[in-house]
Amino acid sequence: MNTRQQSKVIYSWYGKPMSSDRKLRTSKYRGILITSESSRTENCIQLGEFILVEGENADEPFVAQLLDLYEDGAQEKHAVVQWFSHITEVPPNKRKLLKREVSPQEVFFDQVPGFDTDIAVETIIKSTMVIPLHLNEEPPISLNKEKIFYVKQSWDGKCFKTLSPDIFSKLKEANKKGGGIPNSSNSFIPLDIISPLKKETESVVQSATKPKPVELQIESKHSASKSSLAKERHSQRVANGIKTPTARKKLQLNSPTRSPKDRFLGCEVLDLLDDDFGAIAPLKPSATKRKVKFTGILSSPPKKPHTNDKEKSIFDTEERWQRFTESLQLSPYKVKDSSEKAKNLHVKNDTVSLNGHWELRSRSHVETPRSRRSCAQQTSSRIAEQISILNALEFNKEEESSSSSHSSCSSSSEEEENDEICTPKKKTKLSRPVSTPKSSRKSSVHTPARTPKKTPLPGTPKTPRNATPEIPRRKHATQKPASVLEEARLRLHVSAVPESLPCREEEFQDIYNFVESKLIDGTGGCMYISGVPGTGKTATVREVIRCLQQAAENDELPAFHFLEVNGMKLTDPHQAYVQILELLTGQKVTATHAAVLLAKLFNTPGPKRKTTVLVVDELDLLWTRKQNVMYNLFDWPTQKHSKLIILAIANTMDLPERIMMNRVASRLGLTRMSFQPYTYKQLQQIISSRLNNVKAFEEDAIQLVSRKVAALSGDARRCLDICRRATEICEFDSQKGAPEIVRMAHVTEAIDEMFSSPYVNAIRNASLHEKNFLRAILAEFRRAGVEEATVQQVYHHQVALCRMEGIPGPTVSEVMAICSRLGAHRLLLVEASAKYLELRVRLNVSQDDVMYALKDE
Amino acid sequence: MSKRKVKESGGANGECISQVQKVLRERFCHHYATGKLFGIEHQYRHLLDLLKRTTVHGESNSALIIGSRGSGKTALLNHVLKELKEMKQVRENLLEVRLNGLLQTNDKVALKEITRQLNLENVVGDKVFGSFAENLAFLLEALRKGNRTSSCPVLFILDEFDLFVHHKNQTLLYNLFDISQSAQTPVTVIGLTCRQDILELLEKRVKSRFSHRQIYLMNSFDFKQYIRIFKEQLALPAEFPDESFAQKWNNNVQHLSEDKTVQDVLQNLFHYTKDLRSLHLLLMLAVSNVTVHHPLITASDLHEASKQYRVDSRANIVHEFQKFVQRKAHCMYNFEKPVVMKAFEHLIQLELVRPIERPNIRAQREYLLMKLLLDNTQIMDALQAYPNCPVDVKQWAASSLSWL
Repeated sequence: MNTRQQSKVIYSWYGKPMSSDRKLRTSKYRGILITSESSRTENCIQLGEFILVEGENADEPFVAQLLDLYEDGAQEKHAVVQWFSHITEVPPNKRKLLKREVSPQEVFFDQVPGFDTDIAVETIIKSTMVIPLHLNEEPPISLNKEKIFYVKQSWDGKCFKTLSPDIFSKLKEANKKGGGIPNSSNSFIPLDIISPLKKETESVVQSATKPKPVELQIESKHSASKSSLAKERHSQRVANGIKTPTARKKLQLNSPTRSPKDRFLGCEVLDLLDDDFGAIAPLKPSATKRKVKFTGILSSPPKKPHTNDKEKSIFDTEERWQRFTESLQLSPYKVKDSSEKAKNLHVKNDTVSLNGHWELRSRSHVETPRSRRSCAQQTSSRIAEQISILNALEFNKEEESSSSSHSSCSSSSEEEENDEICTPKKKTKLSRPVSTPKSSRKSSVHTPARTPKKTPLPGTPKTPRNATPEIPRRKHATQKPASVLEEARLRLHVSAVPESLPCREEEFQDIYNFVESKLIDGTGGCMYISGVPGTGKTATVREVIRCLQQAAENDELPAFHFLEVNGMKLTDPHQAYVQILELLTGQKVTATHAAVLLAKLFNTPGPKRKTTVLVVDELDLLWTRKQNVMYNLFDWPTQKHSKLIILAIANTMDLPERIMMNRVASRLGLTRMSFQPYTYKQLQQIISSRLNNVKAFEEDAIQLVSRKVAALSGDARRCLDICRRATEICEFDSQKGAPEIVRMAHVTEAIDEMFSSPYVNAIRNASLHEKNFLRAILAEFRRAGVEEATVQQVYHHQVALCRMEGIPGPTVSEVMAICSRLGAHRLLLVEASAKYLELRVRLNVSQDDVMYALKDE
Repeated sequence: MSKRKVKESGGANGECISQVQKVLRERFCHHYATGKLFGIEHQYRHLLDLLKRTTVHGESNSALIIGSRGSGKTALLNHVLKELKEMKQVRENLLEVRLNGLLQTNDKVALKEITRQLNLENVVGDKVFGSFAENLAFLLEALRKGNRTSSCPVLFILDEFDLFVHHKNQTLLYNLFDISQSAQTPVTVIGLTCRQDILELLEKRVKSRFSHRQIYLMNSFDFKQYIRIFKEQLALPAEFPDESFAQKWNNNVQHLSEDKTVQDVLQNLFHYTKDLRSLHLLLMLAVSNVTVHHPLITASDLHEASKQYRVDSRANIVHEFQKFVQRKAHCMYNFEKPVVMKAFEHLIQLELVRPIERPNIRAQREYLLMKLLLDNTQIMDALQAYPNCPVDVKQWAASSLSWL
């Protein structure tokens, strides 16, 4: 399915080093040349340009400005950038501070201190553009496309500020510079032509506004333009297919494919070109642009709508918009395809014929800008590169669309990635907390292109993957606790979440400090937490995370991801990778693949990565023979860029020494913490704090429970269970009219019920012959001096015993039955029964217990 | 003192007899909610309260019902469920999942079964079940979605609980108990087992999550109660169509329970085992003797039944094949070698004797070390029951077996 090109992209420096530092052995460069090997195209990005940087999610690249490029001593190519935050990168609770709607094109000048501005050059995807605007300024509607971003405010992690004039002018300067790159062929184009309607914005390079709409038409249609390229890069990483040589040909023919997407890609190419111009369309065309956009999707003959646009007034956009959306939904898809083809062919012709005539815009709008562009950049290597990208994608799409039917509008059973570029991606994203707002906003802004595709989605068989299974709702509401005892029982249930965790303040503080410091430093680390079951390890860690999340929301800490993996809830240790990856990015892949992706994610310097806090519960179950799961888990935090904090929880204190290889244990480090079993005072406090003024227990009763449990295991769960059982017993008694408070007697009964050995009781209630059999065993043991006997020997004793008591002795078959019955209870340990009388038996209870139980009557 | 009251009424009586057979057989063979419970009122209350709280308050719980085979674990649970389901509020609010350790032999199978019984697969249409890992994640996700107040409580019944313990990592038990201890969909996990040491088999983490509610069924009744149970089990119900016959039958049963031979028979059985299933078997054998010409059950019937019931199988076999032993004894002077070998092989086949080592090719059959799998008393019994046993065999038995 994924036949995207796997071309290598080569990053090389542009020009000679500007300066070099001998001490640090770094040399700085002016620009970077990105060469795609397969398409043999080059793309040059210079300092000061704005770039898209690969993010964690392929469809959400980051925006940044290139500030510096250098090569360090180890020949690694680095770039220093100034980040721009997208609105989705701002914590949801902070978005309110803006008090305005933010369009998806808006970015914020990032002044958050936590992000690393030094990135590897390989993460740069391509250049883009960012335009500074004043706050009160309307976002230029013509910019209603994703390729061009604009910036109004800065964001420093706490509040939004307007851009200082200094920054503003710098950014503006940078934009100008972007157009003046010597390498790009459009350098001769005059800059700074301010459009009549938009004062502050830099206008399109072309003096006229006419060509713009068409290019915008294309651009605006694709919501995912930004993402698609990133996606494409991403898929390169992941791809398993190879690019076939036919791809290019197909592009030129532009054979019917899933057209909207092709269009997206097409416009993407144009977009990129466009960025160099630093163009902003004036207001007037923006209205027309919209219309054109729809027509593009409607795929009516390309020329017609444009002429229409010309004539139409600009101000009736809303109604038209409406209308177009409607018609859009009705329009068949086939038509689109064919017309698309026509259009594309058209364009091709034009590119040839109109070479060098870009000023001649009297023909159709469709052709002019394109031809202009093509002519202008004929020499430039860019076009070729972008086309190649387009090629690859398109070819891909073609394949996919040929498999899925054209008419069923793309939501056929195997929802390929293709679709994910625009629609289903959003769907999947919705499930992820990080990106939700963005996707929803996007879709709302950009509906027309997507709506028709989205509708059939619910019925597709793909849904099971993302389906949220649910236990049916109950028909009747739950009863509220009616009495004090019921209330108490509710509070004492282990699942009830207490307001605070008493008696674990120290541990809490330690863990909190550990994670907090790592968060602030932006580094990674491991911590190993041990303790017997029921000592509140997981509860404390969860509480820490809750507090940290709270703090992050209040901006006291940088934001972080929180993931949890439980060894017991995995069927296989390697499934841990799958779970982590799914929680992190929402992808569902196989274990081996997930391991590769995660390693890639954590080992490469990811720009603007949030810290990840991973809680690994029941660590000992992640043990494998090669221990590679554990090794990886503890190796990632040591990587420089991973920003991964691991809290590993297990029962045994010396787990690292006992089961881990040296290399694993060494990576785990020495940050250990051990949870001691609760003392009776702590247990008492836990119960009291849970009860919290519900007067259901006598003080002494609580103390008895806590002392008893502390002496046995110190397991808080046990303690709560006993209390709960005691309330039940109390309730049962109080039905006879006793007062409703749990007393010592109730607690004692509950404790007895839970802790008394069942053996004695079982022996007492055994039948006479069973008892005799046990007696006979004891006698035989005493006679032989060995704690093992055959049934035959025991049988002789039993017959003798029965004779003494004057009752008929059992037959051999009966004795065998008795023996197997006692074996089933595990009072006896019995061999497999094939040996008949030679069967060896052994007591599973201590002899004293048996004696005690037998003597009593 | 047999009460042979041959009735000479034809069809009506025959009708009665078949009715009696039907009623009693149902009682003895279906151990489920139809029969009565004896001596476990307390446990009944406990379990009933537990399940009621789950359904009504949405409280998660876990419990184990431990008792020997035939002590009425399943019967208890079924009784409780039957009573609970009479409450409308409960009936509509309870999802039941029954698993059996003998059927769900690993967690993968168990998960599929749970998903099927919860009808979760309907939620996702015609989903083909994916891998084990996916299934687990799917089910856990489903259960996590719920919460105490709004989700329908789920009752998990794990029959042969001890077999679930042997599953890898006890993943299923851990997860079930973990859910029961956390604020997710309310679940109650009831395990049924006959092993008294079940708690020691649980892994420490699983054990910690288990609530330690154990309901023991001990058959803790004495002989008087046993007689009463016997009476109640045999008595015909009040709604029996032919009232006069029922009256007669019940009187007869009353008499029987006071009869000395019957009491002896019961006493023997009681000493042998207290579980009610064996009583049922005994009564079943007795009741099957009831015919039109023999309408009421008698003490001799019971006696016969008990004899039949307590027959020593090996002794029987010995009886049948004692002649081979006899031949063997004679072989020194009478029989030829192939005959003896044939007899010897026959004994091996019947597992009356068994080679100590595995028979291997090198050792000759004549020199194999053998082990006699019978007790001397059994041989003596068999010889005595064998009327025309040759004298020398008897002598051999008397001389060589008595000193053992």
